[in-house]
Formats: sequence, structure tokens, C-alpha cells
Amino acid sequence: MSGTFVGMPAFPEAAHEAVHNATLRGNLRHATHTIRSKRAKAVAEVSDWAALREAGKQIKDHTLRHLHRYLVQLEESVTAAGGTVHWAADADEANRIVAELVKMTGESEVVKVKSMATQEIGLNEALEAEGIRAYETDLAELIVQLGKDRPSHILVPAIHRNRGEIRDIFAREMSEWGRPAPEGLTDTPSELAEAARLHLREKFLRAKVGISGANFMVAETGTLVVVESEGNGRMCLTLPETLISVVGIEKIVPTWQDLEVFLQTLPRSSTAERMNPYTSTWTGTTDEDGPQTFHLVLLDNGRTDTLADEVGRQALRCIRCSACLNVCPVYERAGGHAYGSVYPGPIGAILSPQLRGIQSEIDASLPYASSLCGACYEVCPVAIDIPEVLVHLRERVVEGGLTTRDGNKVVLKPAKGHAAERAAMRAARWAFSHPGALRTGQRLASRTRRFHPRTLPGPGKAWSASRDLPAVPAEPFRDWWQRTQGGKADSK
Amino acid sequence: MSSRDVILGRVRRAIADVRQDDTPYEQAVDRSYLREHGARSVAETVDLLAENLADYRAVVHRCQAGELAATIAGLLTERGAETVVAPVGLDEAWLAATDATRVPDRLGSTPHELDAVDSVVTACAVAIAETGTIVLDGGPDQGRRRITLVPDHHICVVRVPDQVVSSVPQALERLDPARPLTWISGPSATSDIELDRVEGVHGPRTLEVVLVSDQARAEVSS
Repeated sequence: MSGTFVGMPAFPEAAHEAVHNATLRGNLRHATHTIRSKRAKAVAEVSDWAALREAGKQIKDHTLRHLHRYLVQLEESVTAAGGTVHWAADADEANRIVAELVKMTGESEVVKVKSMATQEIGLNEALEAEGIRAYETDLAELIVQLGKDRPSHILVPAIHRNRGEIRDIFAREMSEWGRPAPEGLTDTPSELAEAARLHLREKFLRAKVGISGANFMVAETGTLVVVESEGNGRMCLTLPETLISVVGIEKIVPTWQDLEVFLQTLPRSSTAERMNPYTSTWTGTTDEDGPQTFHLVLLDNGRTDTLADEVGRQALRCIRCSACLNVCPVYERAGGHAYGSVYPGPIGAILSPQLRGIQSEIDASLPYASSLCGACYEVCPVAIDIPEVLVHLRERVVEGGLTTRDGNKVVLKPAKGHAAERAAMRAARWAFSHPGALRTGQRLASRTRRFHPRTLPGPGKAWSASRDLPAVPAEPFRDWWQRTQGGKADSK
Repeated sequence: MSSRDVILGRVRRAIADVRQDDTPYEQAVDRSYLREHGARSVAETVDLLAENLADYRAVVHRCQAGELAATIAGLLTERGAETVVAPVGLDEAWLAATDATRVPDRLGSTPHELDAVDSVVTACAVAIAETGTIVLDGGPDQGRRRITLVPDHHICVVRVPDQVVSSVPQALERLDPARPLTWISGPSATSDIELDRVEGVHGPRTLEVVLVSDQARAEVSS
């Protein structure tokens, strides 16, 4: 996965900066709390939520356990319906395939409906390098693109921007990309939305090539599903002559009937609506309606490596609803950018290090970007035990061990920066298995307690910067136990 | 080796821990969730549809079959619509009372031409009460997907109670996955700016749903 934002610092550093940005924190707090309470209401409306959640989990788990079979079935049904299937092992290959397909149409611009997979692989930049301009058409994505910014939320990628900032971005940048913003544009949301409508409509009406992702792919029928609100998805899926969909291999469900689970749980978990304004499904191509050429690019890019991890593979159940972001106390304060990936929040903290591996500093830090409070697990509509995976990945970061990269088993070295932690644990193990040495050490510690520093030097400094060191007791517990016979004799 | 083989090979190795006699799909999923939520009479289901459509800021009208042409004509006049696009298979009688110029849903018409049309009138395939959703399947009385997308005003006719189901599972049973489907719940909307809901970014900004009941049928079934 090439989606690391270039030059991204590790999470603690990025988060440290973000928490001092008062505007960002204000915007985020407002957003997450609003969606959070609306979601709780929408979920309470359906009495069988727990059963739907369990069914969603089981469908996804079953699919992942037989993924090769369903991938082949999907390929057959998409092909039978008039589509062409391409396989991409990594980001570079996917980008190459898409660029090639666009070039074959003779076009030099494409319209895109928000797709996390194409963000993950950096498709826009790859197309730009080939002389193809990709226009993001989701309002939030447009704000991000025009602002030369990065998305910070799965569902509402520009949530870190307030209306004043958006107005300024539109007024300044729209003319660079096409129709300029109207004169005297104010910062009311309806006026801003109207400006986006006019700006984008020009592009939709002339577009010959559309690029999309998909929320679901049905193996049985070859049907793809896109769930959205604005209609930009419908524009991209129906007006162009050629449609290219780039979709992660984990987005499969076996049957048409399975959609009945996810079309109930996704909207309520995500936008807290009974149903999102628009859902489009298409099966290959349809004569005289919509694109006459359809390409499906099936993307691996670290997904099979994630699948190989028996604990971590449950992250592939994710349906990208973003409920976990909105309840996360860490996300609320640190903001989406700190996660250094298109997948922010709790799900990002377990997905990015698995898709990309934990070699980089940011990826090694992500499993620690959590208080392990468990709220993310509670709200997850497919019951991903995010805390369990976080703890599992922390172990992998500290201890190293067997993992899979690009399909090969490799033994990971412990990540850098955790040497002190590891050394401390090793020392503890030795001390606890050598009682004599432990006793001597404890007595020494008690006798010298007046001289102990309040903070740790060297590698322990970061740990003690935010904590007080525990005071060493005047007498070691074991000495006290022996002296008083476990408290029976008179204590001091 | 092709990337197809590479990926499928990786998948097989990744799930090597899965037992060969793993539970088949039919038994893997516990489908004890509900087929619909709550018990309602047919009339109550239609009322719920109207309520949920309105809650999502669609404008809901109700009329008898005999009044449909007048109702549609009234809505077009109110809107000031001079042109209306209609699918080829739409019941001719529905547009009999309007003066608006009819634009056919032609294969050759460009998106720009459609953009100049004031309104669109279609039927639907099914409507879902619990979610306030209408579903179009591209049938002859619904037309190509783009005609309900580009014009700014969409009038959709739902025959009640025939075309109304309670829930999402019931709707999927009725729909054909081979057809291109468009599920519509209220007009186009965005909440991307500070979570303020704004109607109409790209799809029609006004959605009017006409619930037309067949009086004769209603009497038989009651």
C-alpha cells in the first residue's frame, strides 16, 4: 500500500500538533457528537439490530474464509454480464491498469465518485503523471481537492474545515479547475453547495469516463453497489460511456439476499439515516442505459497479507461506515490527519499497519493510537473487535514475529523505538526468575528512595513525561510479609 | 504468472488454517433477524411510507387513480414546468391533462439536452415503507437512469398498496439484480459542510411522490 502520506510523522507527534489546533478540535467535537447521538437513535429504531450485526459479521467472515472461490465466481458473473475484470496485486499495478484503460478511450479527464480504494493507491496522482486529470465530485472530496488538503474522515472527509474556510477555498481555487465560484459567494452551506453544483455539473455533462469504487460486489450475480447521498455517484455511474470501478477484494458478499443485511446496517451506522438518499446497483452493462463499457479492477494491495493474520483478518469485514471514528475519544482530539492514511480513526489504526506493514514509524505507532476503551467495538455494525486487533498488533510491533508481506511469510524484527520497553520486560523476566537478585534489588531501591528522580532519563523519558513515577515503598512487600508473617504479627 | 494467479494463490495460502469441512454458506449465516419491523395493516404501511418520505423532505401527494392526470398536471403547473421528460412506457393517460411539452427519453439525447428539461415523470418498481425509499429498475415506465438524475424536479408515481413493501428484505425479494437499480430516499442531499443538511447537490432538488390508490382494488381488498 503506497498510501502513506509523504513525510508523515508518527502518530504521537502528529496528534500533539492537532490537539493544539482549537478550530480543528471544535469542528471535530461538534461533528462526532452530532453523528454519534443521531446514530444511536437510528439504531434504536430497529429492534433486531443485534441479529443484523451478527449476520453481517457471519456473512463477511464466511466470505473471507472462502475468498478465492467467491472471487472466481464474481469474475465469472461480471464477465457474463458484459464487464471486463482486471486483477491488481498492488497499487502500482492498479494505477497502471486504470491509466491504460483511460488512455484507450482517448480521453484526458475523468470524473470520480468518492472511493477510498483509489485514494489508498494514489490514483489521482498516478493519472496526473500520465497527463490525465481526475475530478473528485463528492462535495467534501472537492473541498479537499481544491484545498490541496487530505481527507480526515471516512464519511465526511472535509469535516475539519468550517464554512468560512470552505468559502475561501472555493473563491480562490475553483477558477483553476473549471467554472469559477460565483461573485460575492457567502459562507452559507446552501450557497456553497450551489457553487459546487454549478462547478461540477459542467464536468459531469461532458465526462466520457467515470471512475468509482463500490460498497459491495455480489458474487452470485456480478452486481456492484454504490451507496451515496449527493447524486454525484449516480452522475459518475450513468452518464459516462466508460465506467472503471476499482474495488478491494474484500468487498464481496456471496448472494443478492446478503444485501438485505448491509443496506439496513450501513446507512444507520454511517450517516444515521434510515436509508441514504441514493443507492445504485449495476450488473455489467445494460443496453442503451448507462456506460456501454465496464471495467472492474480487483485490488489486493495488502489485503491478502491481512487475510493471512488469524487475529487481524477481521479488519477486512469493515464496511467503511465510520461509526468507530465518531465514538473514539482519541480521534475526536487528534483528528483524522494524525493517522497518516486514508483510513483514520480506530479502523485505520488496525487497517493501515496491516495493509502497509509495520516497518514505518507511523505504522508502528498506529496500534498505540488508542485508549483501548472499546467504544469502537460496541458500535461496529460487523462486530470487528478493534481492541483485540490493536493489542495483537502492539505485540507484533514490540516482539516482532511471523507475518506475511506480499504473500510471503517473513519474520519481522521488533520495531525500532521499542528497545527500552523490550529491555525492561526482559530484565523483569530475569529478576522474577531469580528471587535472590530481586530481593537484593528491592532492598536497595527502598534504601535509596530519597534519591530517586521524578522522571526517567533516556528512553524512559517519554513515558514519564505524562506520568508520575510510582513511589518506592520504604520496605519491600516480601520483607514486610516475612517480618509480620503476612500481617498476623504486629505491623510497624 | 498473472496477477490473477498471484492473488488467488495468496488468498489460498492466507486461509490455509480454514478447515476443509468448514460450514457451507447456507448454514454459515444466522438469519434470525426480522423480515419486517412491527406489525402493520396495509393502510398503515402506506401511511408509514408517506410519513418517512416526508421526513426525508420528499413532497408527498395522495390521490385516486381517476385523479392522477389532474394531480400531475397541477404539480407541473405549480412548478412552472414547460418541458417534461417521460419514459417511453409511461401510461399516456398520466400526462393527458398537462400542457407541458413532452420530451421523449431518447437514446441519442445528450446530458446537456436533459439539463434543459424542467421536470421528469416516472413510475417506480417498488417502494419501501420503513425507510421511505422508492426504487426504480429501468423498466419501460421508468426509463433510463439519467432522466431521473439530470432534471431538477422529479415526480414519481407509486401505485398503492400494490407497489409498497414494508422493509428492505421484502424489497430485495421483488427486485431483479440483472436490472440497473436506483434507490431514492428523499431528494439529493449533502451534510458535508459542518453537517448542515442541504438538499440538491447533483440529483433533483425537488422530489414529489404521488401515492395513487386504485379505488376499485382497495374496496375489494378491504
